[in-house]
Amino acid sequence: MADEGLEPTPDQTVGPFFHYVLTPHAYPVRSLVGNDLTQAGVAGETIRIEGRVLDGDGSLVSDALVEIWQADAAGHYAHPEDRRGTASNAFRGFGRSDTDATGVFRFTTIRPGPVPGPGGGTQAPHIAVTIFARGLLRHLVTRFYFPDEPLNGADPILALVPAERRATLMLRAAGKAHYGIDICLQGDQETVFFDV
Amino acid sequence: MTDMDRDRATGKNPPILHPYGSTAKRAPSHRPLAIPRTLTEMTGPLYGHASVDPGEADLTQGHAGEPQGERIILAGRVVDAAGGPVPDTLIELWQTNAAGRYLHAADRHPAPLDPNFTGAGRAVTDGQGQYRFTSIKPGAYPWRNHPNAWRPAHIHLSLFGPSLTTRLVTQMYFPGDPLLAFDPIFNAVPDLAARQRLVAGFDWNLTEPEWALGYRFDVVLGGRRATPMED
Ligand SMILES: [Fe+2]
Repeated sequence: MADEGLEPTPDQTVGPFFHYVLTPHAYPVRSLVGNDLTQAGVAGETIRIEGRVLDGDGSLVSDALVEIWQADAAGHYAHPEDRRGTASNAFRGFGRSDTDATGVFRFTTIRPGPVPGPGGGTQAPHIAVTIFARGLLRHLVTRFYFPDEPLNGADPILALVPAERRATLMLRAAGKAHYGIDICLQGDQETVFFDV
Repeated sequence: MTDMDRDRATGKNPPILHPYGSTAKRAPSHRPLAIPRTLTEMTGPLYGHASVDPGEADLTQGHAGEPQGERIILAGRVVDAAGGPVPDTLIELWQTNAAGRYLHAADRHPAPLDPNFTGAGRAVTDGQGQYRFTSIKPGAYPWRNHPNAWRPAHIHLSLFGPSLTTRLVTQMYFPGDPLLAFDPIFNAVPDLAARQRLVAGFDWNLTEPEWALGYRFDVVLGGRRATPMED
């Protein structure tokens, strides 16, 4: 949070009608950002993530928008703020998926490498996730972490999450290079969301 | 102990009785957990001028004929909390046609579609953070939030800025709209001054004679929060 300066423009809900510009696969509009982050020549292990978004009743949310942002396999972000060099093979690191009628979103990407953390430390491999939906006045921010990743135990962000809620951030193995996760907006299994 | 103290102690929000009904089962009950901004948050997707065709900023083009409605120019400047320009950042925009109907499979409002209007636009800010769209004024539309509920005319906007922390999805409204006072989404911004920043200004200098009315909408990315999730 900035100490001073101009007040920001307030957020407003994405509403239910964003698809024909943000995820226009069913509309005669050019798609700018898709849900497949891989392209020819991108180094790393290709993985699939298939997750669901659920509301406080456990009902599937079929009109959500999920965005992911991640480093490449070497842990580099395609952004000038990452001063360690450019990401490999022009890996862009950003994807978008809407949820379908069954509340499911899908990404094809690569497994990211560990990235620098605060104070010279290291963060475990993770994917930053942003969720928009009708009924959310502002987007929600969370992370996906990988199960059985030895670096999770020393991750500075996971360490801030109450132990009993950490599992809400963990992908679950659903097959070879295939992961699932439930994003629960509300309720007993509510996903941990971050204020950044 | 006040309600707010209790909320802080438990880390939970009070039961949600928001006039915007869809929040009831979707708004998280826990307060978002504050974390430091790491390299993950200080970076973010960059979609610059190479991503967008200049024609995508003119929503009145690209069809066999001209759309129905009041032609408008929507322009403004995107700045950071210090007032500095946010250059080369992507703006995505969607809106109804002049009759208040979205080109969307889920929009059941019995108003006509316009074969000459899609309602999707994209632009990238210039070196001074400025952007400009040509479109038509969207219409009000009914929704089922409460009896006889109507959304004021609005344009949905999505912006990135330089990092994940500046991501913004918002809605822009038109000055003098009588529906603003009754809209639970517009009024979900509790602070009057903050709410007014969602209303574009009519601008004679942008208005082009014999052609289109001009509206100015400036955007501030980042800085302090002014949303209902504010502590
Ligand atoms: Fe809308």
